[in-house]
Amino acid sequence: MWSSERLRNVFYQIALLLLIGTLAGYAIHNLVHNLESRAITIGFSYFGQEAGFDISEKLIDYDPTHSYGRAFGVGLLNTLLVSFLAIIAASLIGLAIGIGRLSPNWLLRKLAGGYVESVRNVPLILQLLLWYGVLTELLPPVAEAHRFASIYLSQRGCTLPWPVAHAGWWAALLGLLAALACSLFWARRARRIRDRAGHAPRVLWPSLAACLLLPLAGWAAFGAPSEFSVPLISGFDFEGGKTVSPEFIALFIGLSTYTAAFIAEIVRGGILAVGRGQTDAAEALGLSRSQRLRLVILPQALRVMIPPLTSQYLNLTKNSSLAVAIGYPDLVSISNTTLNQTGQAIEAIALMMGVYLTISLAISGLMNWYNHRVRLVER
Amino acid sequence: MNSHATARRPASERSRDWLRQNLFSSPANTLTTLLVLTLLAWLAGRFFSWAVLNAVWGQASVATCNALMGQGACWAVVADKWQQMLFGIYPQAEQWRPALAVLVFCSILVLSAMRACWRVRRLLVLWVGGSLLCAWLMAGGLGLTPVPTALWGGLPITLMLAVFGTLFAFPLGILLALGRRSSLPILRAASISYIELVRGVPLITVLFMASIMFALFLPEGVSFDKLLRAQVAIILFNAAYLAEVVRAGLQALPRGQYEAADALGLGYWQTQLLVVLPQALKITIPAQVNSFIDNFKDTSLVIIVSIFDFLYAVRQAVISDLDWRHYFVEGYLFAMAVYWLFCYTMSHYSQWLEQHLSRDQRN
Repeated sequence: MWSSERLRNVFYQIALLLLIGTLAGYAIHNLVHNLESRAITIGFSYFGQEAGFDISEKLIDYDPTHSYGRAFGVGLLNTLLVSFLAIIAASLIGLAIGIGRLSPNWLLRKLAGGYVESVRNVPLILQLLLWYGVLTELLPPVAEAHRFASIYLSQRGCTLPWPVAHAGWWAALLGLLAALACSLFWARRARRIRDRAGHAPRVLWPSLAACLLLPLAGWAAFGAPSEFSVPLISGFDFEGGKTVSPEFIALFIGLSTYTAAFIAEIVRGGILAVGRGQTDAAEALGLSRSQRLRLVILPQALRVMIPPLTSQYLNLTKNSSLAVAIGYPDLVSISNTTLNQTGQAIEAIALMMGVYLTISLAISGLMNWYNHRVRLVER
Repeated sequence: MNSHATARRPASERSRDWLRQNLFSSPANTLTTLLVLTLLAWLAGRFFSWAVLNAVWGQASVATCNALMGQGACWAVVADKWQQMLFGIYPQAEQWRPALAVLVFCSILVLSAMRACWRVRRLLVLWVGGSLLCAWLMAGGLGLTPVPTALWGGLPITLMLAVFGTLFAFPLGILLALGRRSSLPILRAASISYIELVRGVPLITVLFMASIMFALFLPEGVSFDKLLRAQVAIILFNAAYLAEVVRAGLQALPRGQYEAADALGLGYWQTQLLVVLPQALKITIPAQVNSFIDNFKDTSLVIIVSIFDFLYAVRQAVISDLDWRHYFVEGYLFAMAVYWLFCYTMSHYSQWLEQHLSRDQRN
């Protein structure tokens, strides 16, 4: 009977299941016992309780009387905000540096190489601590803030004029979104026309015009508000304006410059992966270097770059959890405070992990879909 | 094309050609050169005058540094605190031990970089023996004064977390990689879930789990050392990443290797141990080195669960001293230099190795 491979395989797997089950059962048994002796009830009922701690930065309305659940939402939004902005910045810096590494100019090449080698060989958390230290300790206090026009730079961060809430601003924002959607639609349309008729209608200028005119129209239609809250120094603090905290700035700069070094390498690898013949052919057609890059090389390089880029974006999002080291109220930092106050360690940590897992799966799903769309269609 | 001609032309002419080709080939190129030069001159000039010209070097009092505040770097903070930065609060009289441990760890790394050591038995002796030696040096006993882990700190901890974190993650990673490619559905599902779960979450959450949540799963009264828990968390985390590295190697092997092993009548484990793994591990060596570098950098995250690694020791040494705390930039730059030196050396080694191995394979 033992000689039957199938039977043996079934036996091995049952043994594995039993082993995992026993371990889990033992852990759960201990857990139940430990929680009982500490008088902690498991479950998410603490979500409704009053949190009692304040959060310095929030995208939605929050004060200490709000619930833990809402605090969690604030943290999640902060994580998403900083990751989103840093991903955009890192992509732009990375693209510039990656192209710089292949520049015909020797100095620029070496400079870009030096950037990559110096940034990616130092732990991110150390870079964050340095940025944060520099921003909070070496900048002047509020009273002696550096001033550029109405923008102030001080230990409190960066304070800038900010529009006073008004329907007109929201209309402008909505206009911008609408313009972006229209541009996207028009670009696809143009491509289809080109495929059929051989020459494409202009895309760039109409899109830019739409991005300018639509927000302007929305802004004007809803009363054309022009009221800005301009920051003024009063005593030890600013009055009015919007202050971006040093925690946010440090995290944003740190994440984007660090990830940019990795993205630069991906861009470089992607460009090098495009066959030499493509460049030669583009040159033979009389395209300039920037046209070659934009029209021939980058679109093809993108295909190679997408899988590693996805994992860099995911890394950036996961790395944003280092916020806890410099006190930016992100998901991890707020969950940490919550679990310290309530003792609901299991739920808080499981929730944190669940959120990151969901983000990871969502981004990689999205990127897989895109990857599928831009894949090489071979005959 | 004309190496002969270039060799005969005077050096001045050759360097002029080089300059023309690389820096002044077109108006745009010339403009770039000038812009980059201006930027570099400005940045490097400012940095040089801060870090070298106006800096306070060697042992000096805080007052000397304060007099120059804002104009020059105060390297005196490193000169004053370097022992605390490197070894944390390890007893002063015994600090030769962590120093020796660092040396042993570095020797392990250097020796395993040499091809003469690339034999399973030699590597095992080197890593296991070296690790045990370091553990003995740090912990004491057997003739040395025992030092509790609460007093360990600094660079040896960073190296220990990285080296042990790789050593123990390796067998687990290999098993996971084999499991992921196994034909047994439950085994495969378990491996895939483990790998994807761990790779989908940040290391911090795993460290939190080890430092806060883990105690709840143990019987009452049983507790593990904090450092050990963090070490286990790092091992479990690394195993998932190493598994993917090994899997890449397994996937790269041609089917013929498996079929040949089958034809020889080898069983599953014989096939894996004698035919598949030796080749799969060899072709992924550069990726393994990169994974080690990531791991080395990642160990700095243990600072968040208050473990006294190198970064924490540097931070503590500077920030906790009210006199010196203003000179944290110098302290962090020192830490950066140390991390950079390790990672830069290893990443260049990995690049060199990649070319070397691929050349090997072609011949």
